[in-house]
Amino acid sequence: MQSARMQAVAMERTERRSAIRIDGLEKIYETRDGERIQALGPISLDVAEGEFITIVGPSGCGKSTLLRMLAGLIDRSAGDIRVRDTSIVGPQPDIGMVFQSPVLLPWKTTLANVMLPAAVLGLDQATSRRRAESLLDMVGLGAFKDKYPSELSGGMQQRVAIARALLHEPSILLMDEPFGALDAMTRETMNQELRRIWRESGKTIVFVTHSIPEAVFLGTRVLVLSPRPGRIADLVDVELPDDRDLDSMASDRFGQVTRRIRAQFNARGGIE
Amino acid sequence: MTTQTMAYIASPKPRRRVRRFLRERPEWLLVPLLFVVATTAWQAVIRGFDVPVYIFPAPSDIGRALVERLGSGVYIEHGLYTLSEALLGFLAAAVAGIAVGSIIAQFRIVEKTLYPYLIAIQTTPKVAIAPLFIMWFGFGITSKVIVAGIISFFPILVNVIAGLRSTDVQRIELMRSLRASRWQIFWMVRLPSALPMIFAGLQVAIIFSILGAIVGEFVGSNKGLGNLILQMNFNLDTPGVFGALVCLSAMGITLHVIMHRIQRRLLFWADQTKITGV
Repeated sequence: MQSARMQAVAMERTERRSAIRIDGLEKIYETRDGERIQALGPISLDVAEGEFITIVGPSGCGKSTLLRMLAGLIDRSAGDIRVRDTSIVGPQPDIGMVFQSPVLLPWKTTLANVMLPAAVLGLDQATSRRRAESLLDMVGLGAFKDKYPSELSGGMQQRVAIARALLHEPSILLMDEPFGALDAMTRETMNQELRRIWRESGKTIVFVTHSIPEAVFLGTRVLVLSPRPGRIADLVDVELPDDRDLDSMASDRFGQVTRRIRAQFNARGGIE
Repeated sequence: MTTQTMAYIASPKPRRRVRRFLRERPEWLLVPLLFVVATTAWQAVIRGFDVPVYIFPAPSDIGRALVERLGSGVYIEHGLYTLSEALLGFLAAAVAGIAVGSIIAQFRIVEKTLYPYLIAIQTTPKVAIAPLFIMWFGFGITSKVIVAGIISFFPILVNVIAGLRSTDVQRIELMRSLRASRWQIFWMVRLPSALPMIFAGLQVAIIFSILGAIVGEFVGSNKGLGNLILQMNFNLDTPGVFGALVCLSAMGITLHVIMHRIQRRLLFWADQTKITGV
């Protein structure tokens, strides 16, 4: 009996430590002529609190679908998603979302764009303003707060989008190929910035990408999805040092992990 | 070569500035030039063939009529009357068009219900129902405001619906991810996103409102430029008719320019080439 209680306590402890728990998650689309197409899953996965998990997979494997289900933007067909042990129905207040494109509102200044969640959620204006300003400082755009999105470069706009996603202090950040449209140099800088933000803020991040090096550089774990229907092909512990920089990309471990993931892609004929 | 360059540099500055200005914006020279050429040719043809002034006046006749009647205040008095009819109609149409368009775009069921009727009304020439409004609301300003309003309502309505429909899905998804309500999405994203298209509709509508006022005056009125044109036409005062047309065109251009200014101020963030007007 005592051992049973011990077990329950242990269970509770592990449960508390997982930020997102995915269980038998599936997405099935129905075509117009009634045909059912399995787009994703079943997938089961635990994302630990404070983890930076990256998801890679070939085009059309449903990685964006997975992320959008986590965000509560689309319904799941089967299975369960629990955030902090509560099964989610629709978007959650504890989640911040960064999309493929920055999706800034062109009629609002940078600062007003970052403050959008405050306006929607009805947060205190003065506090939010201060927070927005410090977030803009964090992403290095403090001097641009009165500029309009059209006056910013693509990389700057995406940084504004990241600041916006953090405004309402969500503990989970979902990112859907946010740097896909950026040039290689900007992308590397953004990757380093994001690592820094993650380490400073302690957020749980789920990051979708189609770039294997990006996935390995950013993540503590990399989830590799198979071609459609997307299932877990591999789950790799990256085990690179926490204070990794661009030189880490030349390390043996980096090469090892990258090769392992690429082998998965090749074995399944999912070369992009 | 050197002396030439020297001479060029030494030449008086204002002239160079004028030259450069015209190279960059040739329309500032070409537009007035075309006016002078056209009016001269017009004048020459009318005088050359000895066309009677009541059939087709020469520019000089029109100019005289304009100066005379602007001086006596006839054009201004009637013009302001027509202008107020048009503007009141336009304002009513703008408010109604944006409100009705918003409701239609927000609620599928409303659209499904109203759609056939809207098509029926839109395909009816609004000019044809003007006599009814004169009968119902009399010869005063009300009937003209209503005709102007109805004629300018539809371009606004159509653009409001199209604009609200074409909101970038990503912006809506962003708002949904923040758990925004339907109304928050409408006020914070849909409506501002639709403003460029709504303005394109307003641009068309403000010109249509003058058309509506004139039509209303033609059907039945005792004042306004439309009424004046009918009277002058009846009296074979053709230069006076042309003068009134010049006033109407000036009114249209002024309203268009004002709308354009407001639009540029308000929609500084939008791609101006995408906003089409008349």
